[in-house]
Amino acid sequence: MSQRIIFNLLQFLVVLVFAPLITGVINRLKEIVQSKRGPSIFQPYRDLWKLFHKDEVISEESSWIFRATPYVVFSAPLFVTLLIPVLTTYPLFFAFMADMVGGGFVLALGGFFAGLAAVDTANPYGAMGASRTRMVGFLAEPVFIIVFFTVSFTAGSTIPYIVQKHWVSSPAAFLEPSHILLIAAFFMLILAEKGRIPVDNPSGHFELAMIEESKALEYSGKSAALMKWGGQMKMFVLLSIFLNVLVTPWGLAADISTGNVLLAIPLVLFKMFLFVLVLAVIESSLAKLRLFRISEFLGSAFVASVAAMILRLFAL
Amino acid sequence: MNIDIANIQILDALNSLAAGLFLLCAFAMIATRQVKGCLRLFIGQSLFLAASALLLGLQHGSWHLYGVALVNVLSKAVLIPFILHVTMPREVYTRREINQVLNIPISLLIALVLTILAYYFTIPVQQAIDPQYRGHNLPIGFAGLLLGVYTLTVRREAVPLLLGLLAIENGAFFAGIAIAHDLPVLVELAIATDGLIVVFIVGVLIRGVQKQIGTTDVGALATLKEEVVE
Repeated sequence: MSQRIIFNLLQFLVVLVFAPLITGVINRLKEIVQSKRGPSIFQPYRDLWKLFHKDEVISEESSWIFRATPYVVFSAPLFVTLLIPVLTTYPLFFAFMADMVGGGFVLALGGFFAGLAAVDTANPYGAMGASRTRMVGFLAEPVFIIVFFTVSFTAGSTIPYIVQKHWVSSPAAFLEPSHILLIAAFFMLILAEKGRIPVDNPSGHFELAMIEESKALEYSGKSAALMKWGGQMKMFVLLSIFLNVLVTPWGLAADISTGNVLLAIPLVLFKMFLFVLVLAVIESSLAKLRLFRISEFLGSAFVASVAAMILRLFAL
Repeated sequence: MNIDIANIQILDALNSLAAGLFLLCAFAMIATRQVKGCLRLFIGQSLFLAASALLLGLQHGSWHLYGVALVNVLSKAVLIPFILHVTMPREVYTRREINQVLNIPISLLIALVLTILAYYFTIPVQQAIDPQYRGHNLPIGFAGLLLGVYTLTVRREAVPLLLGLLAIENGAFFAGIAIAHDLPVLVELAIATDGLIVVFIVGVLIRGVQKQIGTTDVGALATLKEEVVE
């Protein structure tokens, strides 16, 4: 009993502590691909540390939404952490509080507040970024729904732990065509949702072209740090769902021994490193899509997910 | 054959996987704009067709299907790209084809509807055949065929049109290997040669069109024009 509480806290801590590392590794890898040396992989930690020690400026015209948003953005991914398998294959305390749709809602709540806060300060770039994020969001929504529907239909449940058990149950279940198509669709979703390269350029500094970044432009000091950290944790949580539930449902601790749970940490980080490697290659070899081409990109994701559904529904 | 049940299940899953990726390639051929990307996707589709033939061959112990796989890889992944490479003017590959009758998101939705229709139409056939041979091959092959026809109707550039024609053939074969696993290699060989000759003739034709009017946008060739001979 007490052990499970400790594991839950550990899961929490892993997300909190290692989320900036993932971002650092992505940035470093991208620089290496472009044959530069790049910043240290610990640079995001230093950035956060620096921001936490800076003074904060808040516009007098802003409302409580602007002030509350960093805390919502920061805590939403942590709540989702309670629902998904980060280190263990067996459900911990709060696993049955909400399913994947619920987790999606909690993540979307963070995005919703970030969008409101961007409009709140009347900074023109913020409102532009917010409306573009909504555009990407509503194009991504049908894909999300179909992916969840197909996953739950295949595994017979929408609880991530049970879904993960289904894929590892036999190699035939893992190799199912609908599974592979779902992976493709979900991958494209992550790229769109986190503003990675075919949809948005995360390292761009040109405000007019920003989608994801421009929403947090008004924040400074502690709030900026919380927004950044929250974004990094959202990435970590999405990657955990993608890797631990869908792509590589192995390498998690299956029993209650502390050693195995601790061993799962480097394994999970290794999986994420492999994913980040793929991401770095994609980001260095593709160009950003024009804004109105995003509908084609997400349209392809939608078609892949519906094809997965068809293959599953009509399986004889 | 001494293949046990677990292995059969895995072969079955792998074959369905090849079918799924075959379908994905067909979708992507509709979604892509570049001529070169279209050609690459066609090669990918042919390779998945070959993989499916190989897996079905293993499953049913039929060496004919191995032959089909081999002929497919040779003709569609090696020879057809080579012929296109030789006959086509360089300029065709660097062009971005934006000229399409319907835009891409709508095309993709229509493609989805066609796929569902393909599944719907093949239900009676699926019920009639031996459960052993039931699978995703028949409906997906049929869907590939319909998607090829769709490509033919909406594209206006010569090379993607040709690839659409070949995609129809791919789809027909994908459906065919599922229900006729003793299909003689000779048939496949004849069709593959036929395909090669079609590609060659159309290639030369496109080259001629390009020489005459300076473009391969055959969608613009809508009206006849009398040429005055001096």
